[in-house]
Amino acid sequence: MADQATKKMGDWGLGAGELERILSEAAKHKGESLWQDAWRRLKANRTAWCSLCFLALFTSVAFLAPLLPLPSPVSLDLQIEPQPPVAPWSQFGRGGFSPEYWELSGLDQAMVRGRVAIFDDWQTAAWLGTDAKGRDILSRIVWGSRTSMLVALAAALCSLAIGVTYGALAGYLGGAVDNLMMRIVDVLYSIPFIFVVIFLITIVNEYRTELEDHYGINREVIFYLVIGAIYWLTMARVVRGQVLSLRHAEFIDAARQLGASTARIVFVHLVPNVLSIVIVYLTLTIPAVMLFEAFLSFLGLGIEPPKVSWGLLAVDGSEMVNPVRIYWWLVVFPAAAMGATLLALNLVGDGLRDALDPKLRGQS
Amino acid sequence: MESGKKRHKSLLGPDLQRSIPGATLPSVSSFRPSASPRQLLALACLGLLGAGLLSLARRAGLAPADLTYNNGTEVSTLDPATVSGVPEGRIIRALFEGLCIKHPRTLAALPGMAESWEISNDRRTYTFKIRAGALWSNGDPVTADDFEYSWRRMLHPATAAEYAYQLWYIEGSRQYTMLADEFLYTRSHRRGLWFEELGEGRLRVGLTGYAAEAAEREAELELRGLTRCEKDQAFCSLGTAEFSLPFDLEDVRWQPSPPQDAGHLAEYAYGDAWLMEGQASEATLAALRAAGEIIPGDVFRREVVEPELLGLRATSEQLFEVKLLAATPYFLDIVAFYPVFPVNRRNIEEAQARWPGSWEMMWLHPENIVTNGPYRIEFRRINDRIRLRKNETYWDADSVALETIDALAVDHLGTSLNLYLTGELDWIDRPTTQVIPRLMPREDFNPAAYLGVYFYRFNTARPPFDDARVRRALSLAVDREALTQKITKAGEKPAFGFCPPGMGAYPMVEFPHAQDMAANLREARQLLAKAGFGPEGKEFPTFEVLYNTDQTHKDIAEVLANDWKRHLGIKVKLLNQEWKVYLDSQKNMDYEVSRSAWIGDYADPNTFLDMFVSGGENNRTGWGNPRYDELIRLAASEPDKAHRLEHFVAAETVLLEELPIMPLYYYVTRNLVNPRLGGFFENVQDEHFPKFWYWLSDEELAEKRAAQPADWLQVPAGGPSLGLHPPSWNGTGAP
Amino acid sequence: MLRFLVRRLMWFAITLWVVVTISFFLMRGVRGGPFDGERVLNPAIERNIQARYHLDWPQWKQYLQYIGPFNLDEQGLEVFGGDASDPFSGVLVGDFGPSFKYRDFTVNDIIGQSLPISASLGIIALLWALLLGLSTGIASALWRGSRTDVVLRLAATGGIALPNFTVAGMMVILFVFLMPLLPVAGYGTWRHLVLPGFALGAPFAAYISRLTRTGMLEVLSHDYIRTAHAKGLPRHTVILRHAIRGGLLPVVSYLGPATAGILTGSLVIERIFAIPGTGSHFVNSALNRDYTLAMGVTILYTVLVFTLNALVDLIYTVLDPRILLEES
Repeated sequence: MADQATKKMGDWGLGAGELERILSEAAKHKGESLWQDAWRRLKANRTAWCSLCFLALFTSVAFLAPLLPLPSPVSLDLQIEPQPPVAPWSQFGRGGFSPEYWELSGLDQAMVRGRVAIFDDWQTAAWLGTDAKGRDILSRIVWGSRTSMLVALAAALCSLAIGVTYGALAGYLGGAVDNLMMRIVDVLYSIPFIFVVIFLITIVNEYRTELEDHYGINREVIFYLVIGAIYWLTMARVVRGQVLSLRHAEFIDAARQLGASTARIVFVHLVPNVLSIVIVYLTLTIPAVMLFEAFLSFLGLGIEPPKVSWGLLAVDGSEMVNPVRIYWWLVVFPAAAMGATLLALNLVGDGLRDALDPKLRGQS
Repeated sequence: MESGKKRHKSLLGPDLQRSIPGATLPSVSSFRPSASPRQLLALACLGLLGAGLLSLARRAGLAPADLTYNNGTEVSTLDPATVSGVPEGRIIRALFEGLCIKHPRTLAALPGMAESWEISNDRRTYTFKIRAGALWSNGDPVTADDFEYSWRRMLHPATAAEYAYQLWYIEGSRQYTMLADEFLYTRSHRRGLWFEELGEGRLRVGLTGYAAEAAEREAELELRGLTRCEKDQAFCSLGTAEFSLPFDLEDVRWQPSPPQDAGHLAEYAYGDAWLMEGQASEATLAALRAAGEIIPGDVFRREVVEPELLGLRATSEQLFEVKLLAATPYFLDIVAFYPVFPVNRRNIEEAQARWPGSWEMMWLHPENIVTNGPYRIEFRRINDRIRLRKNETYWDADSVALETIDALAVDHLGTSLNLYLTGELDWIDRPTTQVIPRLMPREDFNPAAYLGVYFYRFNTARPPFDDARVRRALSLAVDREALTQKITKAGEKPAFGFCPPGMGAYPMVEFPHAQDMAANLREARQLLAKAGFGPEGKEFPTFEVLYNTDQTHKDIAEVLANDWKRHLGIKVKLLNQEWKVYLDSQKNMDYEVSRSAWIGDYADPNTFLDMFVSGGENNRTGWGNPRYDELIRLAASEPDKAHRLEHFVAAETVLLEELPIMPLYYYVTRNLVNPRLGGFFENVQDEHFPKFWYWLSDEELAEKRAAQPADWLQVPAGGPSLGLHPPSWNGTGAP
Repeated sequence: MLRFLVRRLMWFAITLWVVVTISFFLMRGVRGGPFDGERVLNPAIERNIQARYHLDWPQWKQYLQYIGPFNLDEQGLEVFGGDASDPFSGVLVGDFGPSFKYRDFTVNDIIGQSLPISASLGIIALLWALLLGLSTGIASALWRGSRTDVVLRLAATGGIALPNFTVAGMMVILFVFLMPLLPVAGYGTWRHLVLPGFALGAPFAAYISRLTRTGMLEVLSHDYIRTAHAKGLPRHTVILRHAIRGGLLPVVSYLGPATAGILTGSLVIERIFAIPGTGSHFVNSALNRDYTLAMGVTILYTVLVFTLNALVDLIYTVLDPRILLEES
């Protein structure tokens, strides 16, 4: 905040001619959009900005995982017990890399080829230790982040799309329609999701070859859909609640008087005004989806090995909690990676919220 | 709420109201009730809170039991006849006692409710003498009649007992369970036919189970179908056995596809197929029915089967006679098996009278159930614990040491382990696999051979698994040594055969393999090449390995997939299904390769080998081999023990030549037991008997520790330092 | 008000019926039956078991039997071919039938035993979540941008950054193994509920804290707050009387699902801490294909969610005068 104030003082301290120039430039930029404005604000918020950079870094690491000289996340080297971390300064790397993965997409395969071309069979040592099957924890965390992030993102977007549309419509239309729509949400709320998950996963298993061959739907896609389908309900309620309190606002009345269509009122006038709460909710949804994925892993309904996700790693770690011997690196590192990412996501969400809030525009 | 409204007014003033977006204060006040919702809410919350805290406070005073162990899950029922799981077995063995009990170490049959028994020379008739002075917990004496009632009840279809087949060694019992009540029977059972009224005097006729069995025995597998039909009598013969109806049947239509061999006769016995259809005179039928010659199924069961055909008889108050179909060497093991433990007839009948709609569960409620074992049930909290209290009416109460035992239902393995390690539990049977290397040196963890085998099934109906060479190649390429040392970790024995060690005189049978993995891999590659796969042949199709959701199963599947990929270049997908779906897939043969396991019900190879006969319910591989079926059948009717085992060895050899299954390792027990607990022994069936348990005193514990290897790691032993011994304690630990 | 309640009740009945019907058929559509086990049953025995639990009936008949109110089996009315000894059964007369898995108990017994346990755990978790969430959320909003805000937000975010089994594991390590203060698991005294209550409440506390902060900030930026300030009302009056009231809206709308979530979603916590509540039945009954128990907990869940949501709507109108209960 302090930085900003200083900067502004400097801005005001300009000469008159320059002021004119700036004014003309400002005229060109007339109607600085909500998003440009928000971006500027976001950059000013140090916590959020750092978190965003961290997330960007993490995402690119996750995306480039096949290119990095990490050991294979699945290659087994059976041990009796998990091996503790090796400090990078005592052993930095070693040979013996074997390019074993699950079925990768074409791009990933190309990246793996690139990795082999660059690093040959050199790989990092087990800086974060290994699990009982000799798999490198660092590599598993990085590869796991891909799965978890993808699931979370896809599911959150899915829930966003359905939830906002549904909630805003219900809230705006009100009356019997609202009542009906919200009762449907209530009904869906009350169906224990676990049945839905089991049911869908069962169906996918039964028709798996057919679905995969013809529609490219595999268990993970079902995951996104199921999780998205669970989370849109809350999103819809939240949006509806907000819209309900806005629908009597004067600017909505005004829009209605001017003959704007329902769709226009909902999407142009109402949705941007509830966007701040939606963004906040979205930043809550992404972590929640990641946690839900972990929950499913806890029940054994999660991602299938050899694929790895943070949920699986967290479950593996939580099973190591006992007073005889705690393999702390199996508990701490996956938890730290997950915690840091979700923390960053939340902080970015907060930053976005502050940046996006239309009522705060022009203040600060 | 009035005050709230006022506050608003005082804050805003009427002229300011419009500046609040959408402010509609006046209309809000119109619906407000006089009782404030806020107050209601507060009241509701307080009420809930109070209820919660009350329920907490009520439970505060539970005194700990003398011994607490984790039973792993809530038991499904306390009715011995209908249970089937290990946790249930532990509770049933504490609550009830059968004719025989087992020695806690050797598992040999010891006298229980029967103080002695006689076996006839042909080893087909057992006469048990019920112990004088044995009492039920309601004070009734235990009599032979109780056993006749209980076993008949177990066999009865209305009881729907999963383990009913354990009693099918008894004469007439299988048919008793399967008899179709909806058909009509003739009182003279030798006529051997059932019939069903199709309306307007038309009848459909089939063979009773008893007749089918007799025909099967006499015809010795060679049937010529239905040979004769005389116009005035419905009459048929199968081999040398002849069956007829006591009335005329006209316009007869014969079954288009008559039974071809003995194996199919059973279908004609229970309504799945019929022999003939014809027209009978309704008057004759009515007359015969009035004369009691034609009777419905339930009367037939009660009045004909029970007294004449079923091999169970209470010949006096004390004597219980059982006739078997064939000599069964392990019959006493079955008698000591918990599902055949008796129930109290008065207990059930009183419940039936009192709660006609819900007696099936009411008689089992802790306040109603009548038991005859060393313990009785004190209370039961679902998913929490069952408290057992010493049964003072038990005949041998003097040798029971512990007054109370708690059986917890903690299903999370990590939690269960932590409860044990913090001293809250005295026995758990499944520590998490990951910590086993750290448990191995401890004195409280002593894995021992367990009668179980972990294996994979191949679906032999699907190529390429229809080729024995492929199955053998896959089986050879698995490094079982690494699997048992680094995944299961508790000293499991790699399995190259199907029957685990520990079954008396039965030898180990293994499929041929080299000690050296490299040689095995060479052979595996050769076999695959011969089957047409590999560098010169086709590419081996990617297949799916099915397993049910569980950490160890997942680990093993991952290792197998890795071995096959690395050594044979075969790509494998892992398919994880939750338990019920997995079972369904296996049952319907909807898999390619699937994880399985089998725990023996009794220490005899039969419990392992009879599952792979062609078409057996538990086969689930699609595999069948006539020679194998023949050997199992021969073994079942072979009275000579040594010959019988030879048949089994030959059968297992056939099985291992063809390998429709891939054995991986033999189980070991994984009990983690308070070192102070006496009377607890590792045994091949991992069965433990609260009757023999007691607490060692500090001196006894020191003695025990002095006798054990010095490198065992001593751990703190909770429990009473003075020990807790039964009243009849004689100073030694021998039961 | 009355009309509101009546209409709600009507919706409630419809919701319940839809939920019961959908889950009834959904559950039976999933592969695997309640009596499938490691040992495949002999077909004759399997038939007997199916007959005992009426699973051999056509589905519509099973459905009618489940809904009630008439008992269709041998004990039912004579019209249905029974002996009339037990003419009524089914959900409509409050009979959820026998559990298929825990065969000595009716579903009513099981829910009756486990609900109070879950309730006591849930109340502790919720109270703790509200206490922590509201106070940190309000503080965070008032001192927006300050160091306090940052610390509180970080802490609140930490609560939703980890799966609750990881949080539970870490707490067990801390408070049981390193500092032996509390029992590791089990159910009996209040001490058994401290760790699970904390672990269960933590994510909800974090959500509440964030929602409170957001809601407060939203309200604080409104004109009427500024007006109140301008009128010279003391800061604490403005905050306590006006800001909190509006700022709590998102929290209130979250409370309904949160309470239901705490009550039933405590599965993981209940498993890890071996607490015999309803949470474990919720998932286990589905996994066991214990049709009746699963239906029972589904109905329980529906009733809870519906009641709580109705309650939330009521409170909503109390807190936000702009919302009307009934639209004319």
